[in-house]
Amino acid sequence: MAIKLTIDNQPVSVADGATVLEAAQATGIKIPTLCHLDGVSSPGSCRVCLVEIEGARTLQPSCVTAASEGMVVKTTSKTARQARKLSVELMLANHPWDCNACVRNGECDLQKLAQDMGIAEVRFPYVKPATPIDQSTDALVRDMDKCVLCRRCIGVCQDVQGVGTLAPRNRGFDTIVGSGAGDNLCDAICVQCGQCSAVCPVGAIYEKDSIEDVWGALDDPSKHVVVQTAPAIRAALGECFGLEPGTCVTGKMVTALRRLGFAKVFDTNFTADLTIIEEGHEFLTRLKKALADGDASVKLPMFTSCSPGWINYMEYFYPNLIPNISTCKSPQQMFGALAKTYYAEKQGIDPKDVVVVSIMPCTAKKFECERDEMNASGFQDVDYVLTTRELGRMIKQAGIDFLSLSDGEQDSPMGMSTGAADIFANTGGVMEAAIRTVYEVVTGRELPMDRLHVAPVQGLQGLKEAELTFQNCLDDWKFLEGVTAKVAVAHGLANARKVCEMVASGEADYHFVEVMCCPGGCIGGGGQPRLTSNDVRNARIKAIYAEDEGRPMRKSHENPAITQLYKDFLGQPLGHKSHELLHTGYAAKQPAATS
Amino acid sequence: MATPRLYVMIPTDADTVVVGAREIKSRFSSEIGAQGLSDQIKVIETGSFGPSNAGVIAAVQPDGVVYGNLTPESVGEIVREHFCKGRICGRFLLPREYPPTVEQATDARHTQAAGRIVLDNCGRIDPDSIEEYIATDGYEALGRALTEMTPPQVVETVREAGLRGRGGAGFPTGLKWSFCAPVQADRKFVICNADEGEPGTFKDRLIMEGDPHKVIEGMALCGYAIGASEGYVYIRGEYRLSVERMRKAIEDARAMGLLGKGIFGTDFDFDIEIKLGAGAYVCGEETALIESMEGRRGVPRLKPPFPASCGYLGKPTNVNNVETLATVPAIVRNGAAWFRGFGTENTPGTKVYTIIGHVRRPGLIEVSAGVTLREIIDEYAGGMSSGTFKMAQLGGTAGDVLGPEMLDVPMDYDAMQKVGHVLGSGAILVMNQTVEVADFLDSCMRFFRHESCGSCNPCRNGLQVLGEIVGRLKKKNAYPGDIELMEEVCMTLKSAAFCPLGQSPASPLMSALRYFRPELAAAVDPRRERPRTQRVRLDLVELAV
Repeated sequence: MAIKLTIDNQPVSVADGATVLEAAQATGIKIPTLCHLDGVSSPGSCRVCLVEIEGARTLQPSCVTAASEGMVVKTTSKTARQARKLSVELMLANHPWDCNACVRNGECDLQKLAQDMGIAEVRFPYVKPATPIDQSTDALVRDMDKCVLCRRCIGVCQDVQGVGTLAPRNRGFDTIVGSGAGDNLCDAICVQCGQCSAVCPVGAIYEKDSIEDVWGALDDPSKHVVVQTAPAIRAALGECFGLEPGTCVTGKMVTALRRLGFAKVFDTNFTADLTIIEEGHEFLTRLKKALADGDASVKLPMFTSCSPGWINYMEYFYPNLIPNISTCKSPQQMFGALAKTYYAEKQGIDPKDVVVVSIMPCTAKKFECERDEMNASGFQDVDYVLTTRELGRMIKQAGIDFLSLSDGEQDSPMGMSTGAADIFANTGGVMEAAIRTVYEVVTGRELPMDRLHVAPVQGLQGLKEAELTFQNCLDDWKFLEGVTAKVAVAHGLANARKVCEMVASGEADYHFVEVMCCPGGCIGGGGQPRLTSNDVRNARIKAIYAEDEGRPMRKSHENPAITQLYKDFLGQPLGHKSHELLHTGYAAKQPAATS
Repeated sequence: MATPRLYVMIPTDADTVVVGAREIKSRFSSEIGAQGLSDQIKVIETGSFGPSNAGVIAAVQPDGVVYGNLTPESVGEIVREHFCKGRICGRFLLPREYPPTVEQATDARHTQAAGRIVLDNCGRIDPDSIEEYIATDGYEALGRALTEMTPPQVVETVREAGLRGRGGAGFPTGLKWSFCAPVQADRKFVICNADEGEPGTFKDRLIMEGDPHKVIEGMALCGYAIGASEGYVYIRGEYRLSVERMRKAIEDARAMGLLGKGIFGTDFDFDIEIKLGAGAYVCGEETALIESMEGRRGVPRLKPPFPASCGYLGKPTNVNNVETLATVPAIVRNGAAWFRGFGTENTPGTKVYTIIGHVRRPGLIEVSAGVTLREIIDEYAGGMSSGTFKMAQLGGTAGDVLGPEMLDVPMDYDAMQKVGHVLGSGAILVMNQTVEVADFLDSCMRFFRHESCGSCNPCRNGLQVLGEIVGRLKKKNAYPGDIELMEEVCMTLKSAAFCPLGQSPASPLMSALRYFRPELAAAVDPRRERPRTQRVRLDLVELAV
């Protein structure tokens, strides 16, 4: 049912349930907002979107006020204008004005608001006592002096991710966003997904910057610095340079990395393909043990293990499910382990001189590479992780005009990949890639689906399910004849929790579950250019699928570089060397402060 | 035991307990026992008479004598002289400014004995005795409602009576009930808001301490009217005696079948639980109170949805103040027309006030709505204790400041509104000419700054900057333009803050400006220059270190 109202003397018609803000947007009126972020939080607390509504005693926050029939709204009345302006001025009063040296400079929502509202002066002194900067974790930095308490981070942490690390502490002017019971993030259960840093309107939460470390490695002539780029980078990096979300910039990205001085520009896609081979075989082995051998100790469903935020979450909240998690390392860590063994050996370089840099859409990857067990090569397998945002900044620091770059190609052998690896970038992608290979391994035939897509696991629905029946199986896999494999895909940890609960309670009988920590999967990662709305997610996903469909090879097991890798180095999937380099284990854990 | 010839009634409310009322009570018992008079004289605890600066008080009935500022020594003398020999001990009587007899002490206005609706039992019955409550027509209204009236009739009676919420906002109670009553749900709740956080207001505490069953009966009536069978009393944790008395009253009512299943043989079930608050001022706001009850940080919720449709545990919930609920039994028992015989057209009934400050008889009073501030100060509070009247703050720290020109405005919701003020919760803070306006406002702002929940930006930051401005006014070194800036921030808070806590600091500040602008303007130092925005010279910082 449509609702008719008047905004600034313009008649507007909106669907029932729309907010005044949405109604205004529909008629081309821009009301400023700060605490409101679609799908994340709308506490109605910043009072930046106040409007006057006829008959209401006070101004109303348009972001949470439902439009109603006959409502008369004024967005530019004197009272509303003054209240909005003063609200921003009050926020600025105790916000440090070191904008020029701020990580958010130029893309700060508060800066923009102050500019739009024409705030020329702040009449209140800065009196807030300084809070020490929290650098306690590997991934995130929190500078609470800059926090304007919009609570977007709390919304994303509590509601979208269901982790609940961040919550307001103290009251009134002394309120801060606290992390658990301690002062630092390391004192709390935090999975380091960095979604908070992706929604923070100012520079209060951001990724721990590794740019200087990477410059240091590149400047050191004794080091052989190689770089890998996660599948999700190419569909988002362009946004750092003003390109529309969903513009794929793979070629420019490769050229830029080469210009930055990396000795080899490789691709995490290579180890994404490798993951499919290892994880696919692990899955089939589990199925065989469970279905053919009747081994009751085998745990199903098997969960994917690519997402370090998800691994953290599982270790904290669902340690009972550890036996269900694939032992495969993430593609980033497989890459690191191989770069300092296989690649170093092949190139005749001392692995101690190899530096592996990852470009990741993710802050938790910074934590992952620092995990104690991630040193299968004898060294820390991955040395530094840069987020997409950091790479964007580094390219700017180097004075590279990104948009004018010509397209380059990744180096071999660890730069070669298939379309199946591309789609690791988005939710449902790992599952689809796995199904493409598993189906073909079991039946000897290509997956009989339109353009090889497993449609039910695509898209932004929080929890997706699909079934796949094996028929006319090859001799080795006869035990799967007629078996219907049930799979599920979840993204965003609140959805992961739902799956975990269903599995723990026995309500779900899935065989294989893909979980990605961030909403939308890695394309919506905590290290991606801001802000990532669902429109942006969809645009990036579309770009990723286009990349996949444009490939000559779209199934991981077709990647000749992977075949070569097994032939020259690893032997066979799940073989001895694979176990040493590509697989790992997990353990229940507690926050640093309590363990 | 034969009917005692004397009753010694000792108000044991939180105020008198801290100055030794319990010790005085046992001293009375032991002295009376020593004289062998235990079966002739009964010592009982009651709720507050009203006076709050007269130490431990004891009323002797039927002699109608009230002693005050009692010490253990005076107890012995009273027992020997008064109880044994019949000689009243004049030197222990309440000070001269108090009315000398029980009737006069316990009646708000000593010429108007029937003037009490809410406090009629306070100081007259033993609050721990359900029998005494029943003997004073207690639970009659509930019985009548359950057996003779339909729930809509109860709502209608309260609506017709014109009862308005006594927590401060003055919202029509019957109307509030009529929002919640028709909502269908498997569970509905009645919440009694006993979080009384407004500084200077302690009426709800004295009502609960003096007549807890009245609150329970009011809640049960509300439950019946709106179709709720579960009640909660949200009492601030510091109110320990209120909690004790309410808890005992609930248990006694349950034991008598006045709470529980099938009350009065009908199919109406109703029971009450107590929840303790932890002292945050904002939890008096009903949605913050509900958040707190649900175990979360006490911050206000977005409205709509209103509690009437989505309150405690997401169920329809009606939240009323203690005094409001305590007024309901008399309305149901005597009818709407009777209630309208008190007070004014738009504010029928009585209002309970706590008077504090520079008056001779601070304490608790109940008066007909519409009595003027001058009457309250002069007749009920015994006049100014010293100096001359300068200003009064109505309704606690969130309330308006009134200058002398408002002394003759009738104190009802609409008359006050007409002159641009709000009646508020019932606190009256009277100040004489020795009080500096900026000093007073400074203490108000420190309270607000401390109690802001920090959720919404204008309140969190606005109260901070208002505090800074008022602090400068207090030190008489305000920047030119500070007063105008204060007005601007106040106006924004009033229209932009999320909840009443953030909106209300404008009340004392703006109303003080209305009456005392010249005094405040004199605190501006015209030579001072407001520092430019965050432009701090490094050499100055280093020098300062």
